Amino acid sequence: MAEIGILHYLIVAALLFILGVIGVLTRRNVVIVLMSIELILNAVNLNLVAFSRMWGLHGQVFSIFVITDAAAEAAVGLGILIAFFRNKETVNVDEVDLMKW
Amino acid sequence: MQPVATTFFFYMLSGIAVLGGILVITRRNAVHSALALILTLLSVAGLYLMLYAPFVAGVQIILYAGGIMVLFLFVIMLVNLEKSQKEEQFNKIWLIGLLGALGLGALFVGVFVRSARSSNDIFFQLLRRPLVAFADESNTQAVGQMLYQNYLFAFEIASLLLLVAIIGAVVMAKKRIN
Repeated sequence: MAEIGILHYLIVAALLFILGVIGVLTRRNVVIVLMSIELILNAVNLNLVAFSRMWGLHGQVFSIFVITDAAAEAAVGLGILIAFFRNKETVNVDEVDLMKW
Repeated sequence: MQPVATTFFFYMLSGIAVLGGILVITRRNAVHSALALILTLLSVAGLYLMLYAPFVAGVQIILYAGGIMVLFLFVIMLVNLEKSQKEEQFNKIWLIGLLGALGLGALFVGVFVRSARSSNDIFFQLLRRPLVAFADESNTQAVGQMLYQNYLFAFEIASLLLLVAIIGAVVMAKKRIN
């Protein structure tokens, strides 16, 4: 096994990103779609912190902002989910079609 | 203090992270997915520690694994998922989604192979260089100084964003009293 460089961290981040994208596009349960979005954000954070290892602390500061943003987005997304569930009693993305023509 | 067994810990932590990611997107029970995501978050925090970012690792554990995932678990318990556990787990267009994601993966692999093959890609060679250990004493102080000096405006906007999110979440989730 070679010595660990930044490239190894980038490959792990790319794998996590692809897994998150598969989760968002494939699953039917809205909660799991939201969790896959968190996976994507984590992959991006890992990328940022990996680059910050060599090129200054800006990547780490940016990743703190990304975590803050992920918290806000998860809170609002779950609030929307609760409001939707109260009306329709389902958490399927296939049945979110109230605005369909 | 010199780092010990870096390669082993890197492969162990990344293996656990990717395994947790696979479990998140394939489990039938949403609580199992949430627990697998907590596993991924904790191993990514370990990877941050290996990258000499202890403050981000601490923020990740406290905020992400300890805040956001607890919120997810509360909502999973509030929303009744019993019925949806017995139904079909993948949506109607799952094949197109899977092909799209694999196309993205092919794009990543294509970029990687292309830059690995080109002989004058300095950036790629720089990324491959092994990382040397250095003594870090004041990462938290340095990140704090950067937050409050260079990125002060973004910091204040982030607090405004959190305020908006709090109000939004309360308004969305509150019961209507009619």
